[in-house]
Amino acid sequence: MTSHLSFPLLTAIVFVPLAGAIVTGLLPRSRVEPLAKVVGALTTLVEIALVVTLVVEFKTDTAGFQFVSNQPWLPELGIRWFVGVDGISLFLLAVTALLFPVALLGPRVVGDSKSYVGWMLVLEAACMLTFVSLDLFVFFVAFEVTLVPGYFLISGFGGPRRNYAAMKFFVYTFAGSAFLFVGILAMVLLVGRYDGGHDTFSLITLARYAGRLPVADQEWIFIGLVIGFAVKIPLVPLHSWLPDAYTQAPTGASMIIAGILFKLGAYGMLRFGIFMLPRAATRLAPLLLALAIAGILYGAVVTIMQRDYKRLIAYASIVDVAFIVVGIFAFSAQSITGGVFEMVNHGLTTGALFFLVGMIGERRGTYRIAELGGLQKPAPIFAAVTILVVMSAIGLPGLNGFAGEFLVLVGTFVTDRWWAVAATSAVVTGAIYMLWSYQRVFHGQPHGANATIPDMTLREAVAIAPLLAGIVYLGVFPAPFLNRITPSVDHLLAHVELASGLHVPPNASPRLSYRVPADQRVDLGHAGLVASTRATGGRS
Amino acid sequence: MSATAGVLASALVARLGAQGPVSGTSGTSCVSASGRVDYLCQAPGSIHVPVDYLSFLPILVLGGGALVLLLVSSLLTKRSRPGLYPLLTLVIGAASAIVTIPEWLHVDHHGGSVDVGGQVIFDHFSVLFMLLISVAVVLGALFSDGYLQREGLDGVEGYVLMLLAGTGGMLMAVSGGLIMLFLGLEIMSIAMYVLAAFHRRREQSGEAGLKYFLLGAFSSAIFLYGVALTYGATGSLQYGEIAGYLATTTIVHDGVLLAGMFLVVVGLAFKVSAVPFHFWTPDVYQGSPTPFTGYMAAVAKAAAFAGLLRYLDEALPTQQANWRPAIWLIAVLTLLVGSVMAIAQRDLKRMLAYSSISQAGYVLIGVQAASTRGAAAAEFYLFTYVFIIAGSFAVVSVLQGRGEGRNDLGALRGLAHRRPLLAGAFLVLLLAQAGIPLTSGFLAKFYVIEAAVARGQYPLAVIGMVAAAIAAFFYLRVALLMYLDGEAAGVGGPDGAARGPAAADLQLGSPRMSQVAGGSPAAGMPLAVADRSLLAGLEPVASLDGEAVSAADVIEAVPAEGDPVPLSTAIGLAVCVAFTVFAGVTPWVIDYARHATFLF
Repeated sequence: MTSHLSFPLLTAIVFVPLAGAIVTGLLPRSRVEPLAKVVGALTTLVEIALVVTLVVEFKTDTAGFQFVSNQPWLPELGIRWFVGVDGISLFLLAVTALLFPVALLGPRVVGDSKSYVGWMLVLEAACMLTFVSLDLFVFFVAFEVTLVPGYFLISGFGGPRRNYAAMKFFVYTFAGSAFLFVGILAMVLLVGRYDGGHDTFSLITLARYAGRLPVADQEWIFIGLVIGFAVKIPLVPLHSWLPDAYTQAPTGASMIIAGILFKLGAYGMLRFGIFMLPRAATRLAPLLLALAIAGILYGAVVTIMQRDYKRLIAYASIVDVAFIVVGIFAFSAQSITGGVFEMVNHGLTTGALFFLVGMIGERRGTYRIAELGGLQKPAPIFAAVTILVVMSAIGLPGLNGFAGEFLVLVGTFVTDRWWAVAATSAVVTGAIYMLWSYQRVFHGQPHGANATIPDMTLREAVAIAPLLAGIVYLGVFPAPFLNRITPSVDHLLAHVELASGLHVPPNASPRLSYRVPADQRVDLGHAGLVASTRATGGRS
Repeated sequence: MSATAGVLASALVARLGAQGPVSGTSGTSCVSASGRVDYLCQAPGSIHVPVDYLSFLPILVLGGGALVLLLVSSLLTKRSRPGLYPLLTLVIGAASAIVTIPEWLHVDHHGGSVDVGGQVIFDHFSVLFMLLISVAVVLGALFSDGYLQREGLDGVEGYVLMLLAGTGGMLMAVSGGLIMLFLGLEIMSIAMYVLAAFHRRREQSGEAGLKYFLLGAFSSAIFLYGVALTYGATGSLQYGEIAGYLATTTIVHDGVLLAGMFLVVVGLAFKVSAVPFHFWTPDVYQGSPTPFTGYMAAVAKAAAFAGLLRYLDEALPTQQANWRPAIWLIAVLTLLVGSVMAIAQRDLKRMLAYSSISQAGYVLIGVQAASTRGAAAAEFYLFTYVFIIAGSFAVVSVLQGRGEGRNDLGALRGLAHRRPLLAGAFLVLLLAQAGIPLTSGFLAKFYVIEAAVARGQYPLAVIGMVAAAIAAFFYLRVALLMYLDGEAAGVGGPDGAARGPAAADLQLGSPRMSQVAGGSPAAGMPLAVADRSLLAGLEPVASLDGEAVSAADVIEAVPAEGDPVPLSTAIGLAVCVAFTVFAGVTPWVIDYARHATFLF
C-alpha cells in the first residue's frame, strides 16, 4: 500500500519545520525579534495544513501504513528512508502539529527569540520524524535528535536551575538510549542471519523474522529497547530527570516535552517493542504492568505532596503515562486503543495545563501553591479555562480524558482484572490532587499580589483555544478518532496473538475487519491461519 | 642498528625466496612484461627486489615534497614569502591525495599485492590511510599558517616536519612487517617530538616536546622489544609469514609470543593514547602548538591504529583468543577514563586531549571486534575523526589569541554572539564528537558499536554508548558556554521575575557578566592580549558542573577576543564542517571505508 498521493506528504511534514528552522537561523540579527515569530507561525501553520491533509486523506478501513515513502539512504548498511503512518501514529502527528504553534506563540519568551524559534522548529521536525519513521535507524536518529533542541531550550530559556535540569535530562535519556541502540543493533544483526544475511532496519522485515530468534534473545533485546523507552516515558524507577526538566523548562518547552516527548517512549514501546517482539512483550508484560502500577501509586502519593504547582503537574504526568503503559501491556483491543487515545488526550491536556501554569508563573513570579490563592476573583476566565482542563485531566465524562480512561480500564479489566482494580486508583487519586491543588490556587480570598493579577489576555485565549476545542471535541465525539485508531490496533493485537500464543478473551480480541497491504504483512504464511483459528475458537 | 639491518636483510632474502618461483622470470633478466620492467638486468646471484612504485607513490610525494620544501627554502631568503611554504605543503598534500585515486582504482582492478620484497602491502586499507594522512597534511597546512604567522614562528621547518611525520605515518599504514612498522613509527615520532616543542618562546611547548620525547622513546623501546620477541617466537617479521607459521604450528609454550604481542600492543597503545598508556597525552596536547596538536592527534592516532590493525588482524588472527580480551580491557578503560576525566578539565586543550583519549576507545572497539566490519568501522572512525579533531583544535587556536593566552573554557563564553560562524562550526564539531545523529561522529560510533554487537559483545557496546552519554556532558557544556547569552539571562522580564528570589541569587552572575563582557570589551581585549601574567593569575579553580556555570564564570568573564580568523583557517574549518555533515548523512564515505579491507 503506497500513498495514493504522488506528493511525499510525510517527508514534507518532516522537512517543512526543518526548513523553517534554517530560515530562522539565517535571519539577520538586527530585525530578528518579530521576524522569527512570523517564520515560526508560518511554518507551524503550513505544518498544520499538511497534517490536516493527511488526516483527511487517511483511509479508515486499512490497518497498514499509508503514505509510505521508501527510499535508500545508507544502502550498504540496510538503512532506508522508510516512513509511513497508521492509525496509531496519525493522531500523535496531529496533536504534535497542534501543540507546536501554541507552545511557540502562546507563552511569552524571554531571551533570544531567534534561537528559541529555531530550536522549537528543529524539535518539531524531530518529533514528526520519530512518529513516522518505520526504519529503526531513522527512528533512533530522530529519537536522539529530539534531545539536542530539548537541551538547548531548557538550558537557554529555563528557570534558575536550568543548566542542571537540562544536563540531567540529556545525560539520562542518552544513557537510556545506549540500551535502546544496542538492542536495535542486536535485533538487526541477529535477524539478518534469517533474512538471507543482509541487514535491514525495516520495521516490517524485522517484525517478520524476529519470531525466529531464540526466545531468550528476544527477551534480552526487548529489555534493551524497554530500558531506552522507559527512561523517556519515564517509568518509575527511571523518572528522576522528569520533575527537574519539566519544572525548569520554559513554558513552551515544557508543553512540548510533556505533551509530545513523553509519547515517544510509549509510542516506541507499542510500535517497535511490541510489534517486533510480541513473544517477549507478552512474557515480560507482568513486569511492566507492575512497574506501571507502582508508578501510578507512587506517583499519586508524591503528586499529592507537591508544594509547587508546576512540579505537581509534572508528577501528575508520571501517573498519566503509567496509566497509558497499563493500557498497552494489558493486551486487549480496548485497552490498547484506549492507551493510544490517552496519548493524544494527554498531549492536549498536559500541554494546556503547562500553558496555564506558565501563565500563573508569568503573573505571580512563583509556582508555590502556598503563595497562591483566590485567583478566581481577579481572573475568572482564567479560572474557568483551568477548571475545564482540570476536569479533562481527571476524566470527567464529556471531555476527552473520560473516553481514554474508560477504554483502558475496561480493556484491562477483561484481561488483567486485579491490575485494572489497582489502576482505577489513578482515577481517584487524580481527582484528589488535581482538584485539591485547583482549590488551593483558585478558591478562597486572594491576598496581596494574588488579588490584582490580570485575567487571561486575548493572545493567550486565542493560543489555548485550539487545545480547548480539541479537549471538548474528543470528549463529545471520539468516534472518528477511534475509527481510525482501531484497525491498526486490531492488526497489532492480532499479530501479538498469533506470534506469541497469547490468549485474549473473546470480548477483548481484535476484530479482523481491516485490510493489510501484501508487502506489509508480517505473519507470512499465516494469513489463513488467523481466520481458521478464529473459526475454531468461535469468535470473529 | 646493525642487528636491525641484518634482520631486515634476512627478511628480504626470505621474501625473495618465496617470490622467486612465483614470478618465474628470475635468471632470464631484462624482461619487460606488459609494458612494465619487472626485473632490471642483474648479475647472477645478486639479490634483486622488484618494486612497483605506484604502491607507495604518496609516500614518495610526501617525503620528496619535504626535501623539495627544504631545497626551496635554502634558495630563498628567510621569510621572503609568507604563505609560500603552507601553499607548497598544501599542494604536496593534495598531490599525494590525488595520487591515491589511481592507486584505489588499481587495487580495484588487480586486487591487493605485496611489494618491495613484502615490506609494503598495497591494498585498499593502505590507500585509505594514505589518503587520510594526505588529508591531514592538507588540513594541517591550512590551519598552521595563521597560527605560525601570529606567533612569529613561520618558516619552512614546521611544514617539513609535518610532511615527514606524514611520511612516517604512511609507512606505518602500508607496512607489511614489523621492521617497516618500526621505521615508520620512528620517522613519524621524531618529527612529532620536534613539532610538540616547536613554539620556542613558550615554556610549556618545550616541556611538552621533552615529555613526549622521553615517554615516546621509552614506548619505542618497548615496542622494539615486543618485535624482537615476536620474531623469536615465530621466526619472522613479516605479517603474512607470522600468520602462516601460527596457522600451521601449535606453540606449546607461547609465553614468548604472548609477551611479544603484548609489548607491541603496549607500544602502539602509547601512540594512540589508550588508557593506561595515556598519561603523556594531556600535557603534550596542552603544550604543543595548537594546530600541531590537531595534526598530531589525527595522524599519530590514525597511523598507530593502522599498525595495530595490521599487526593484530594480519599477523595474529589465530591468536584472537589471547589479544581480544586485552584490547577489550584497554578499550573499556580508555572509554571510561577518557570520558570521565574530560569532565574535570578546565583547559580547552586538555579537555580535547581527554576527549581524544575517549575517541580512541571507540576505535579500539572496532579493533576488538577482529572482523572485517570492525576494521572498516575503525577506519571510518579515524577518517571522520581527522576532520573533527583538526577542526576543533583549529577553533581553539583561533580563540586562544596571541601567545596562546587563553586556553580555558571561559574563552568560549558568549562566542556565539561575538562570532556566530565560528561558534556554529565548533558546535557541529562538538556534536560530532558527542555522536549526535546527522554528523559523521554518530555514524562512526554506530558503525563500531554495530561491529561489536555483530561479534556478540553486548556489554562492550553498552559501555561504549554509556561512555558516549558521559562524554556528551562535557561536549554540551562547552556548546552551552558558547551560547550562553549574558543579556538574555539577565533581562528581568516577567519570566525573570517568575524565577523568584532564589532565582535572582543564582542569576547574579549573568548581569554582572554582561556588564564586564558587553560594557567594556575595549578594555578587556588589550588586557587579554597584553597582560598574560594577570590572566594566568586569574586561572579559576572552581569546578564547573552544570549548575555552577554562571557563578564560576564570573571570575573569567574577560573574553579573549583574538585576531580575525585567517582565511586559510576559515577555509579549512569550512571543509571540516562540510565533511562532518556530509559523511554523516550520505552513504559514500562509509561505503568507501567498507571496501577498504585487508589483503589477507
